[in-house]
Amino acid sequence: MSTTALYNDQQGGAEAAVEAGQETTATISSGGAAFGLFSTDFKKNEDLKEMLESNKESLKLEAMKRIVQLISKGKNASDLFPAVVKNVASKNIELKKLVYVYLVRYAEEQQDLALLSISTFQRALKDPNQFIRASALRVLSSIRVPIIVPIMMLAIKEAASDLSPYVRKTSAHAIQKLYSLDADQKEHLIEVIEKLLKDKSTLVAGSVVVAFEEVCPDRIDLIHRNYRKLCNLLVDVEEWGQVVIINMLTRYARTQFTSPWKEDGIFDESEKAFYDSDSEEKQGQREAKPYIMDPDHRLLLRNTKPLLQSRNTAVVMAVAQLYWHLAPKHEVSIVTKSLVRLLRSHREVQYVVLQNIATMSIQRKGMFEPYMKSFYVRSTDATHIKTLKLEILTNLANEANISTILREFQTYVKSQDKAFAAATIQAIGRCATNISEVTDTCLNGLVLLLSNRDETVVAESVVVIKKLLQTQPTQHCDIIKHMAKLFDNITVPMARASILWLMGEYCERVPKIAPDVLRKMAKTFTSEEDIVKLQTVNLAAKLYLTNSKQTKLLTQYILNLGKYDQNYDIRDRTRFIRQLIVPSEKSGALNKYARRILLASKPAPVLESAFKDRDRFQLGTLSHSLNIKTTGYQELSDWPAAAPDPSVRNVEVIEPVQEWAPSLGKAKKPKSDKFYSDDEEEEEEEEGSGSGSEDDSSSSSSSSSSSSGSSEESGSESEEESSGGSEKTSSDSGKSSSGSEASSSESESKQKKKKRTKKATQRKSKQTAADSDSDENGNGPVGKTSSSSAESSSDSESDSEEDSDSDSPAPQKKTVAKTKPKVEVKSKKEVSLLDLDDFSPAPPSAPKSSVFSSSLLSDLEGLSLSNVSSAMQVTSSSFGPVKTYELLHHMTGKGLSAKYHFPRQPCLYQPSMVAVQVILTNSSDHSLEEIHIGDRSPGSLNVHCFNTVERLEPGASVSVSMGIDFSDSTQAANFQLCTKEDQFSVSIQPAVGELLMPSTMKETDFCSEQKKLMGMNETSATITMATANTSKQNISKQVLSVANVGVVSSDQNNLQRFAGRTVSSGALVLVTLELRESSTALLTINTEKTVMASMLLRDLKQALSQA
Amino acid sequence: MINSLFLISHSGDIFLEKHWKSVISRSVCDYFLEAKEKAGDPENVAPVLQTPHHYLISIYRGKLFFLSVTQTEVPPLFVIEFLHRVADTFQDYFGDCSEVVIKENTVTVYELLEEMLDNGFPLATESNVLKEMIRPPTILRSVVNTLTGGSNVGGTLPTGQLSNVPWRRAGVKYTNNEAYFDVIEEIDAILDKSGTTVFAEIQGVVEACVKLTGMPDLTLSFMNPRLLDDVSFHPCVRFKRWESERVLSFIPPDGNFRLMSYHVSSQNLVAIPVYVKQNISFLETGSCGRLDITIGPKQTMGKTVENLTVTIPMPKSVLSVNLTATQGTYTFDLTTKVVLWDVGKLNPQKLPNLRGSISIQTGSPKPEENPSINIGLQIQQLAISGLKVSRLDMYGEKYKPFKGVKYVTKAGKFQVRT
Repeated sequence: MSTTALYNDQQGGAEAAVEAGQETTATISSGGAAFGLFSTDFKKNEDLKEMLESNKESLKLEAMKRIVQLISKGKNASDLFPAVVKNVASKNIELKKLVYVYLVRYAEEQQDLALLSISTFQRALKDPNQFIRASALRVLSSIRVPIIVPIMMLAIKEAASDLSPYVRKTSAHAIQKLYSLDADQKEHLIEVIEKLLKDKSTLVAGSVVVAFEEVCPDRIDLIHRNYRKLCNLLVDVEEWGQVVIINMLTRYARTQFTSPWKEDGIFDESEKAFYDSDSEEKQGQREAKPYIMDPDHRLLLRNTKPLLQSRNTAVVMAVAQLYWHLAPKHEVSIVTKSLVRLLRSHREVQYVVLQNIATMSIQRKGMFEPYMKSFYVRSTDATHIKTLKLEILTNLANEANISTILREFQTYVKSQDKAFAAATIQAIGRCATNISEVTDTCLNGLVLLLSNRDETVVAESVVVIKKLLQTQPTQHCDIIKHMAKLFDNITVPMARASILWLMGEYCERVPKIAPDVLRKMAKTFTSEEDIVKLQTVNLAAKLYLTNSKQTKLLTQYILNLGKYDQNYDIRDRTRFIRQLIVPSEKSGALNKYARRILLASKPAPVLESAFKDRDRFQLGTLSHSLNIKTTGYQELSDWPAAAPDPSVRNVEVIEPVQEWAPSLGKAKKPKSDKFYSDDEEEEEEEEGSGSGSEDDSSSSSSSSSSSSGSSEESGSESEEESSGGSEKTSSDSGKSSSGSEASSSESESKQKKKKRTKKATQRKSKQTAADSDSDENGNGPVGKTSSSSAESSSDSESDSEEDSDSDSPAPQKKTVAKTKPKVEVKSKKEVSLLDLDDFSPAPPSAPKSSVFSSSLLSDLEGLSLSNVSSAMQVTSSSFGPVKTYELLHHMTGKGLSAKYHFPRQPCLYQPSMVAVQVILTNSSDHSLEEIHIGDRSPGSLNVHCFNTVERLEPGASVSVSMGIDFSDSTQAANFQLCTKEDQFSVSIQPAVGELLMPSTMKETDFCSEQKKLMGMNETSATITMATANTSKQNISKQVLSVANVGVVSSDQNNLQRFAGRTVSSGALVLVTLELRESSTALLTINTEKTVMASMLLRDLKQALSQA
Repeated sequence: MINSLFLISHSGDIFLEKHWKSVISRSVCDYFLEAKEKAGDPENVAPVLQTPHHYLISIYRGKLFFLSVTQTEVPPLFVIEFLHRVADTFQDYFGDCSEVVIKENTVTVYELLEEMLDNGFPLATESNVLKEMIRPPTILRSVVNTLTGGSNVGGTLPTGQLSNVPWRRAGVKYTNNEAYFDVIEEIDAILDKSGTTVFAEIQGVVEACVKLTGMPDLTLSFMNPRLLDDVSFHPCVRFKRWESERVLSFIPPDGNFRLMSYHVSSQNLVAIPVYVKQNISFLETGSCGRLDITIGPKQTMGKTVENLTVTIPMPKSVLSVNLTATQGTYTFDLTTKVVLWDVGKLNPQKLPNLRGSISIQTGSPKPEENPSINIGLQIQQLAISGLKVSRLDMYGEKYKPFKGVKYVTKAGKFQVRT
């Protein structure tokens, strides 16, 4: 739209709008109270309008600032709408932002005018800058105008498949906004949510779960397939998202897993009627076993645990409630320490945390008992904090610690804060009833308090004593007598009433005193409070029944006084009592039962915690805090009664797929495709747990982690076998990359499985290191890489790749170029920086990741993946285990042997270094100590050493990583490998292909770069390839095995291109392979580093000509 | 999640409102103001309140109430934590979080709030990210802005939000590269009348001020990490590394931040640096009392105790005090009835003493309980738990940074019951 046209348009609309605006203001100012100053504002608004219409940016900005100030004060500025909306397309960012603020605030009131701005946003939605797209969507979705619902819907759908995770995050937020505007869109929105749930970006995860919770919290079936991914991503999600995800997963887990609180689960067999016989067999096997926690259940617990160390109190609380609701009883106590830590935080945080602790401490005293002193009250605490602490201390009281607590309580009773002192007395009363050993002590203490100078204290004591005596119907005449003595001095009505009631109730125990008290009361009756009068009447009645001789006259006197009292309750009661106790003709049958009515034994009041019933709410929720069911509160369901065994959960993953595939009508993928891959997934997992159970003696946790080791292995191997699956991953299916090809039959996958297990066992020795690693660190943030299933590990792998790829350039990026390859290398480095501990990734995963990132990148760049690239991916993922080289033989190393390989990951010490993974094994019979790298000769290569290995037990092996800067040459790095006693000279010589980093670029970029590197920089040769290598897949497989380069997708059939950069200097290395007839090919390498080119050419030639 | 935010002054004046969803009338605050009236002391207002249609969650910071309104279930801590984060951001931007400052910077505040939440869900709360989008005001910039019509909204779009280290902004450059770490420990203790420790623990934080170029990767290790019982970290710290090696490995945010906070296990005996000999008594007859307080060093590890202060909240019935201090000065606040004695440096040769008489309102009974004494103190160059930083290593960058570690021990909630 041309600007002039827009401008005219707005001018036209402006006239009408001013009127409309004034109308609205008029109604508001008459209705609202806050706009008293409107008349003075009006003048100001006049000049604001002029300022807005001026040509000067600074004037406009000034005007907008003043308008925003008006808005912030809650004053109405809606009549300026037409003038403001014109500036929506301003170039000045601040001005634009302020206009957005204004627009969002008033669009609802000025719907017609707001529509004028829509086209600007629609245009911005197509902007190449992701931030502009995102902010346009943000504002567009915040404009609450029903007419634009279809536009919003469209924008959301588009943004949901945007390449930028930031835009996708915004779209997740927009979903909720649209839903609150028009709930009819629910079905469509659920589709978008479903899609976004599959998103693997940590940026999106939190926001989409918020949308899920708001729009369709009951569609738990959408979560199944994303469950593991969410668990694994959790540590890296931003803190606010963590809270929401943890809460949602708590709810989810309660519907999906069996209760870990029972000794053994009950297995339900009815559900598996429709599974193929194969899986049924497996289930059968499993059912024989006793209850084991579902590995997914364990996964959740394990991945949330590190978050207890978060600085965000809401995250800590969320994890605490998750453990409370989901963890086996003996594990819950790990949250205690963290919760107690939160008590150091702000007052408001303390308040909420104490509330939750109060509820927890009722059920689980033991959890907080060691921290009892943390709940001691300080005189500077706010009253509600004090009361809560008191509550907790009372809950924690038991025979062992009661004396300490009572001593502490004695201090509190003397507090200047009388409300708190009164609460303390009640707490003492509760302790006394709960712990029978101290009842007498408490009672005596309370009696002492009766002589306290403060009335509230005395009154509260009397009330509590009354309750205690009632629960302890033994002989407590002394106390009653003592109270009777004090009666004259006590003025608090409630306390007086309590004493009177006690006299009446136990009048037979104190036969001499009770009538005397009544006599005193008769004297002062008229000046007493109502509550005291009522109890006096009661006392009189009871005494009349038990001791009518002495008290008959007194009673009649009191009843007469009561009869003419001003308060009708008292008159009423008096009449009733008279009819009840004084026999007359009128009083009928009731009279006979008067004694039984009035002197019936009364049940003792139960003194219990105010937090007793709060456990019906999920901890940490608003409902729990307020002790009411709030709007939108999602009940935490009970554990499934008919407990499903672990595999039933997998079943539930399949089930919804079968249901939805047709209903959603997403014809993109064939149904069978989904089915198979899911099936495979299931089997894989079964295999995982199967191998875990080989190790029978290990506990459930260690078995799951040991299985993780092997399944990780197998996961990456399944990668090599799957062919179509990988393509799916990149095209948003969200499925695991290990999903097998649609055509692969089941039997095939079974075969693979066998093979895998075999391989796994073969590598057992190597694995031990990795296994122990994952065992030890299973709970750490990097837990994701050693997750319990192949699916999730590869999931998170490819995810982090995608994440970083789409990111904007990493901060430390040297300005060189905005070409993607650089970005990729750098940001990938960051990924590994985040998980620094992930020093020793399983060897095969490295090539896979690089290939994946490249394919994802090309995807992100908007290239549709052609067949070529998919084929290429397949071949590259079938790249076998990395070559391992000997560094030190155990014979020469006196028992210490070392092997190394190149993990082909960016080195995390310095970008110019090549990462080298060294596996140290102790094959001697004694343990080796202090394995480290010794001094290097001056002038040798720059080496980043690994941290000293303190001790290596016989037979054990450890994998360490180091970085070497080879400066783009194949010269060997020589250094000393030292133990405590010995030194061994070793050297690492890299193959030329290892000095490269894969680089991703478009074909066009490739060609243009290639043109720059002609002449001297080009090396080429005609080669004859082995017949086995003529297929495209095999070619790229061979090339990738030799050199760490990235595949460039191409649509020319006879050309294959690979691109890489040297690690140290970042020089481009371009490899082109042109296929000729009869298995010959022209191999061309373009790079500035001509020496490298010729060496690489030689290596490639050799690799391709060999079968 | 969060629908609206109202900022309410100490006196109950609503001076700023911001809505992220539909507008909620500010009359909803009446419920809160009512509760505030009832509670008396602003500290005593319950942070979570319920009204017929809304739920109010509030915090009290810097004599201001941050009141957020929500309509549906939301974890209360989520909101509370966020509100504190908002207050922290204001503090960070304007150096103070008070009514005056916020009123002065309404537009910046509004822009910040706009960026921090989207539809009630936190969007950007990292101060580094925010500072890239909205530059904090400085005197120089405000002068320049008025002259040139420039703005304090960043022209560049933030990159940190998208990176894997969202807490660090890109392209940091310093001519002097320095990294300072302050280990600050606070002793929380309750001592009883006789001077025995009822409860004592040490809470510590490591505050960092890192000004390093590029993307440094730091590793901080302790001599005795076993002391640390419970820790919580800034998100930049790699938790796994801590679990396995007990070192702090992190890519630091730029500028000041809290690297970690820790708790020294209560099993360890806590050294109490000072002892307090006190005698406060109110006479049964006549409206007066006596006060006599002496403070002396106990376990100071040979260091000097500085900034010693003594705060005594007197009972409400106290009219005035007439005291003499051998060292430092004392004040008595007539409205809050708080005696504040600023002692200064503790001299072991000549112990500071405060003594004199207290006069009580005639006719009012003798106060039930003696007031408790709150102690404030500071000891430089000492971490009372004995924690020591052993070394700081930097990877990823080539230059040599200047490194420094400082230790301070303070009294936290240090209370003596009398």
